[in-house]
Amino acid sequence: MANMAQAIRMALHYAEENLGVTDIFGEDVGAPLGGVFTCTQGLKTTWNSPLDERGIIGAAMGIAMGGGRPVAEIQFCDYVYNTIDLLKLAGNTCWSSNGDWNLPMVVRTPVGSGIRGSIYHSHSFDATMTHIPGWKVVMPSTPLDAYGLLISACKEQNPVMFLEPKALLRVKGEERIPGEPDDDRALSKLIDAPLGDRSQWVPQWPQLEAYAVPIGKGKLVREGTQVTVVSYGRTLPLCARAAATLADEGLSVEVIDLRSLWPYDWEMIKASVQKTGRVLFVNEDTEVTNFGEHLMRRTVEELFYSLLAAPKLLAGKFLPGIGLADTLEMASVPQQNDITTALRTLAHEQP
Amino acid sequence: MSRPRLIKESSAPLPLDRELLVRIHDLMVKTRTLEERLIQMYKQGHGYFWIGGPGEEAFNVPLGLLMKKGQGPEYDYLHAHYRQSGTLLALGEEPIGALRQMKNTATDPYSGGRNFAGHFSLRKYNVAPVSSPIEVQYAIAPGTAMVQKRVGGDGITIVTGGDAGTAEGDFASCLVWSSRPANPLPILIIVTNNKWGISTAGDGQHGETRVSDRGKAFNIQSKTIDGNDPVVAYQELKEAMEYVRKERKPFLLEAMVSRLYGHSSASGANYVSEEVDCLKNFEARLEQEGVLTRQQMDDLRNRYTEEMAAAARTARDEPLPDPESIWKHIFAEDK
Repeated sequence: MANMAQAIRMALHYAEENLGVTDIFGEDVGAPLGGVFTCTQGLKTTWNSPLDERGIIGAAMGIAMGGGRPVAEIQFCDYVYNTIDLLKLAGNTCWSSNGDWNLPMVVRTPVGSGIRGSIYHSHSFDATMTHIPGWKVVMPSTPLDAYGLLISACKEQNPVMFLEPKALLRVKGEERIPGEPDDDRALSKLIDAPLGDRSQWVPQWPQLEAYAVPIGKGKLVREGTQVTVVSYGRTLPLCARAAATLADEGLSVEVIDLRSLWPYDWEMIKASVQKTGRVLFVNEDTEVTNFGEHLMRRTVEELFYSLLAAPKLLAGKFLPGIGLADTLEMASVPQQNDITTALRTLAHEQP
Repeated sequence: MSRPRLIKESSAPLPLDRELLVRIHDLMVKTRTLEERLIQMYKQGHGYFWIGGPGEEAFNVPLGLLMKKGQGPEYDYLHAHYRQSGTLLALGEEPIGALRQMKNTATDPYSGGRNFAGHFSLRKYNVAPVSSPIEVQYAIAPGTAMVQKRVGGDGITIVTGGDAGTAEGDFASCLVWSSRPANPLPILIIVTNNKWGISTAGDGQHGETRVSDRGKAFNIQSKTIDGNDPVVAYQELKEAMEYVRKERKPFLLEAMVSRLYGHSSASGANYVSEEVDCLKNFEARLEQEGVLTRQQMDDLRNRYTEEMAAAARTARDEPLPDPESIWKHIFAEDK
């Protein structure tokens, strides 16, 4: 099965062939590198930009105004922060012009920890991005969802922020992307650029098929009855593994992959919490004014009388950065054991 | 609203056609009376804030007249700032729209009562929404220029801002992105230099001899002109635009202008008599050259003043936006 980087690449290929994507660009996005995570190798509309994030977001807005359909990349989300007022502007362009203009543009950026990226290659962006109205915000945790969400993003009339959990970019999926060959090695041979000189290399794209994951719909990854865990991105597979572990202990955990952060699937969360009465929200952005706090607030306000225990948030520590050393990174953001323990504790909590 | 008048008297030794001179003058007066009415509305409590461009008419009107007007990359894009009512009127906009925006009525055609005066948006003529940050348009403009370069044709991108805004990094971004040898862009980068950054004089803002000198480092054709003379502005803009249209390369044009009523209503919005008044100077010249008489120009100004007052009264009586309308247009609907 394809990994997430290959899935993104295939979705972008599909989008430039079928959805009118005109510009896939950013730092090192075009040849020869094709992106530091290889997500944009071999695509026909890629180009390399100056090392200027504000220029990248501004150009995407201008291309969208000019009738193009850009997919811009910020190489690491840690470097998106100097573009915040342009992101705000992109988010308010339709609203402030009373519907006169709209910006069909996608921005992709890798987020989160998991590659020992130290202070400037480990940050998350979901907490900040969900503070900027006028954008749709998505974050897949599987290659198939990455493929389907990116295709939906490229059909949008509005700005979409596509957050890529970098720890999962190299992880192979368990579900087949429509059109991908059965054999991983065959896929790699078709679409992965060779090492060394690639000036003569041309990818052989499989016959990809349309597959769209609607923005705003979560995924019920595992059904359960005693406790709900809601997550997205890097921590989602850890939550799923925790649920499997706890099943061996006789605990039934329901796992929701939110996938879309804005708009998000409140109906799915609500139905689950009304069933289980216990909910843990997990993500790895810093925990103060975290998106999970919004979900907790809504849970308390709207589902209070369905709750059997206080809802909990497990998120990154409120630290200025994620330190490089293994011990520092592991202590800064939720790990497998943290999640399993938090779920077990919540499942057993009594008033 | 009145249409510009044509004068049939004998030709004057000004280097533009008499008809064009009269048209420019007409639009300058129209713009000035609009701005004066906007200021008056603010002072009378019919608006919360005023910002605009009295003192930039001599530059902004020719700019609007010279734009290739239409929608889409075959036509010119304008990434404007908030002192350009003259450009919008020259594009054919009726002034009541600006007055409605001042009164933040539901009928405000540019923002539906959401944004300040002078914050135009006009997609049908490729005018990008004006926003309050003084520099962001410089980062966005290369995007439309890239599309235009690819599409072919002779449409260009025009971006404008003030001299103080060039301190922001987005101005440097614009120079960098427009002049890469691998992909030079058809973009006219304009700086209207009024030698002020809100309350701080230019020499406390930036130290280059000319803002246009910054283009030299990027091999961008650059020039500083007298933006208070509409004849110079018209000719220089025409030349610069023709260069960008034909060569598909950037041009940096710095226009020296005045700021006749201060930065905004926050600084009182009172007439500053020490600055050059482009309209006064132009009228003196038109009179001297026999293009228009003092009486004709006074009549014109009085007529526009009355029309603006009447339009302002209309705007004042129109309803504010429905509170529920806050939820409209957060997202565009799929087409």
